[in-house]
Amino acid sequence: MTQALNLVLGGVFHAAALFLVAAGLQLVFGVQKILNLACGSFYALGAYTGIAAVNAALAAGVPAPLFLPVLVASGLALGVLGPPLERLLRTIYDRDEAFQLLLTFALVLMLEDVIRFVWGAAPYQMAGVYLTYGQVRLGTATVPVYNFIVIAAGLAIAAGMGLLLTRSRFGGIVRAAAENRGMAQALGVDMGRISTRVFTLGLVLGTVGGALVIPAGAAVNEMGIELIVEAFAVVVIGGLGSMRGAFVGALVVGVLKAVAIAVYPEAEMLAVYLIVIAVLLFRPTGLFARATA
Amino acid sequence: MTGRLAPAAAVTAAAAVPLLGRDYYATLMLPFFGYSIALLGLNLLFGTTGLLSFGHALFLAVGGYTAAYLGSTLGVRSLEAMLAVALVVAAVIAVPVGWLCVRYVKIYFGMLTLAFGMLFYSFLYKFYALTGGDEGMPVARPSLLGQGFGELDKTAYLIGPYYYYSLALCLVAAVVMWRIVRSPLGLSLRAIRENADKAEYVGVRVRRYRFYAFVIAAVFGAAGGVLLVVPTGLAAPTLAYWTHSGNLVFMLLLGGFGHFFGPVVGAFVFIFLQDQVMSVTQYWRFVFGAVLAAVVIFLPHGLMGLLARRADA
Repeated sequence: MTQALNLVLGGVFHAAALFLVAAGLQLVFGVQKILNLACGSFYALGAYTGIAAVNAALAAGVPAPLFLPVLVASGLALGVLGPPLERLLRTIYDRDEAFQLLLTFALVLMLEDVIRFVWGAAPYQMAGVYLTYGQVRLGTATVPVYNFIVIAAGLAIAAGMGLLLTRSRFGGIVRAAAENRGMAQALGVDMGRISTRVFTLGLVLGTVGGALVIPAGAAVNEMGIELIVEAFAVVVIGGLGSMRGAFVGALVVGVLKAVAIAVYPEAEMLAVYLIVIAVLLFRPTGLFARATA
Repeated sequence: MTGRLAPAAAVTAAAAVPLLGRDYYATLMLPFFGYSIALLGLNLLFGTTGLLSFGHALFLAVGGYTAAYLGSTLGVRSLEAMLAVALVVAAVIAVPVGWLCVRYVKIYFGMLTLAFGMLFYSFLYKFYALTGGDEGMPVARPSLLGQGFGELDKTAYLIGPYYYYSLALCLVAAVVMWRIVRSPLGLSLRAIRENADKAEYVGVRVRRYRFYAFVIAAVFGAAGGVLLVVPTGLAAPTLAYWTHSGNLVFMLLLGGFGHFFGPVVGAFVFIFLQDQVMSVTQYWRFVFGAVLAAVVIFLPHGLMGLLARRADA
């Protein structure tokens, strides 16, 4: 029983990061109609930058328990990349989807080498702060408190995104732009500015996701291109463009992966892809598809 | 006029490469032949029919692993047998996969093909006993038309008989694809790309024809996959990885998917450019990402778009 609980908690921890990346993917798809393959690279960039920031902060004498704010701040700081990257993508908004997909693929290739150039090809790890906040005993298993913090942060950001999109003026404009770009523009919405903001928000969700999850492991060069496939599975299961879908999809993929690893390791990703294919075939719009973000 | 001269000159040049004594460049041509065949198929799906697959590497892996399995496990030596079985296996896999995928178009088609590609990748990666897992499967040197060429060392074999075998196969593939594109089937596929609804109204069975294009592309992909693994001597799971599919589409766009010879030009430029860039810097992905971005933004019709004013495929 405790083993099963431990398993599910591990899955939910992974799901929290997955949700953030997938939420970024959904936002950008909702407004710009671009399936951004580079969102996995943003996640990897967030992870590497987070490690570098925390290691630098610890070396500068910042007490260990303060590593979490440093981590989040480093993820947010990467938002500066949003406007220039969005400007690049803007050149192909009115082109065929194939070109849009390929331009984000170009970003994947470039960002992978940027990471390799700055941090090298060897796995990169954070100084041991993962257990700073202690551990919780659950029967026979122990779970780091940090995992609960990340899960809580994931939930809080999900709730925040929900409020932002449904209650704020910005959210209303974003939903309007997702629904009908031309009409929103005709009504006086500055689409250029909205696109920049939405893309930056999507990027920051990815980088913060990467930063939050990385104290539990090591960053490797391939983490971006590996995660994108999972994030992609999440949005397919949840439905393209739907926030609620990203939330449920992340839980499904995260927990399914954790269970599959424990029960039948060979089926780890196989199980995920089978579900993706099943969803695409029987409910091609996903479980929660709506036209809006 | 140049439309006939240029391909003939290119074939003559390709046939002369092993005679120049620069063995290294001759070995670089080998993956070019494999990719050319695979891309001719992919272009039928994307350039001619308008369906963008982000999982086509699946079929290259099918070809590569079929050759490896036949050679290593069953002891088959004949490359013709490997090719024949690979084409059949690819068709057998492409029938259900294609039947499911062509029910969708645009981004959903791309996502579904990517999912199938990654499904196959994780199968190759995880089922160690059958596929060799992350280490892949070795590919023994096959015999060509019953000839073992045991007296030749590996390089001599590859840039000698194997080189001309690949070149010939590439030519056959190009001729077959040329006939397909010029056939009523090709015409229907172009009609589907231009306007699927109108094509349906005038009696084109849109979904069935997309399915045909998918299966044909898969078979070409498998043939290319077989040719790719013999020079490297290894079928590895990364053959099926989604970034490999991305690179295939990259080559197609680089050459120009609107033109019959675009895929061949794209494969050639990609392979030789990659070789040059890799010899200068280990960060070739960055350079290639920048090249791809530039092609997408400034050169949407690819290199052939620069050369030929009129796209005719």
